[in-house]
Amino acid sequence: MSAVVVERVKAQFGSKVVETTSFRGDESIVVEPAAYYQVAKFLRDDPACDMSMFIDITAVDYPSRDARFELVLNLYSLHKAHRVRLKTRLFEAEQGEVADATRPTTVPTVSTLWAGANWFEREVWDMFGLKFEGHPDLRRLLLYEEFEGHPLRKDYSADKTQPLMPYRSGPDVLGKQRPFLGDEGMPFGRKDWAPRDASWSDDSLGDPEDAPPPDGTAPV
Amino acid sequence: MGEVRNTSGREAVRVEVTGSEVGFATTKFDALLGWARKWSLFQYPFVTACCGMEFMSLNGPRFDGLARFGAEAPRFSPRQADLLWVVGTISQKQAPALKRIYEQMCDPKYVVAFGTCASSGGFYDNYATTPGIDKIIPVDVYIPGCPPRPEAVIDALNLLQDKIARGDRTPGVVKPREDIVERQLVTLRKSATDLDYGPQRRSGEPPITLGRTSDPKEGER
Repeated sequence: MSAVVVERVKAQFGSKVVETTSFRGDESIVVEPAAYYQVAKFLRDDPACDMSMFIDITAVDYPSRDARFELVLNLYSLHKAHRVRLKTRLFEAEQGEVADATRPTTVPTVSTLWAGANWFEREVWDMFGLKFEGHPDLRRLLLYEEFEGHPLRKDYSADKTQPLMPYRSGPDVLGKQRPFLGDEGMPFGRKDWAPRDASWSDDSLGDPEDAPPPDGTAPV
Repeated sequence: MGEVRNTSGREAVRVEVTGSEVGFATTKFDALLGWARKWSLFQYPFVTACCGMEFMSLNGPRFDGLARFGAEAPRFSPRQADLLWVVGTISQKQAPALKRIYEQMCDPKYVVAFGTCASSGGFYDNYATTPGIDKIIPVDVYIPGCPPRPEAVIDALNLLQDKIARGDRTPGVVKPREDIVERQLVTLRKSATDLDYGPQRRSGEPPITLGRTSDPKEGER
């Protein structure tokens, strides 16, 4: 059903479409960032596509990729009852770096097309640090203004916290152990993710069982 | 009239009534005050998450867990409350609000951490969640569970009442945790070495060991 949409986009934008995938009627279109807004507008306005409903916008961090972030826009047609997923790949914005047209780091906001995208784009900014050009109010949505960094980036350490309220220091606090120790509860380990390291694999983290206990005593 | 027992280990006090209307009572003022306080808690429910469902079930007709113990009336102003129920996950962003609520309450005030998240952050071991409300405010009683059973909450309320009755205002402390599985393994290993595994012992091999052993000689007598 949604295959029609993919064909329409391909016919309209041709080389701007990087790739398309289809899995059991689940259609995805990857486009170049420069064409992202036009494709989104086309999907909404074209009568055959008629993507009248904005579902979600989110992002994925692939630290090993050169274009690190993948922006994912989910759309739905209320009248034709079909869905499509529009993706685009963005680079990390380095501080102080001159804007490079071959390494796009931002896309235009789609909140002008679907008003519901407003807060979702704020959430993407909050969690991943991706900016949207022309967004009416690009502030953090869930976290507080004092928060530094973007926690859903893979290079944000899993155990890093930034308390808004200073912790108390009484005997009932200092004598307590943390709810989790070491690598407990975290299958990927509490280590900093090494970005863009092709040699990374699950095996290279090692088994926490093999490590000696932190206090040096052997188990009984 | 019933008996007023002082659980601090000091001299017990007794309220006696003779006749139908005439009587006298002997007690210590502190004990009487504690007795009055523990049966007239005004609660402020700070409910943030799914534990709130269990908090409702606690107050439902099956358990009636707070009204039976003199904590019937919730007060939705902290200025009128003396028992703060923190029910659910507290995010880092909410921590200042919780602190402010606590500071608005009048002394004497008590805090119960309802559920694992309020007690320690639970499995929300991440950037967003306060790892236990005791990082922000002192807590009198912690209730484990995700969510806790109503019986556990009633037990906690009874513990708190005992604490109030003996005038104890020190914050609760969670005992250092102990790995139950590891302890059982130690016990099992010990009993396994106590058993006589005939063929194995004749061949000189150590008997069956459970779990990790650091010392290969541990299996031998």
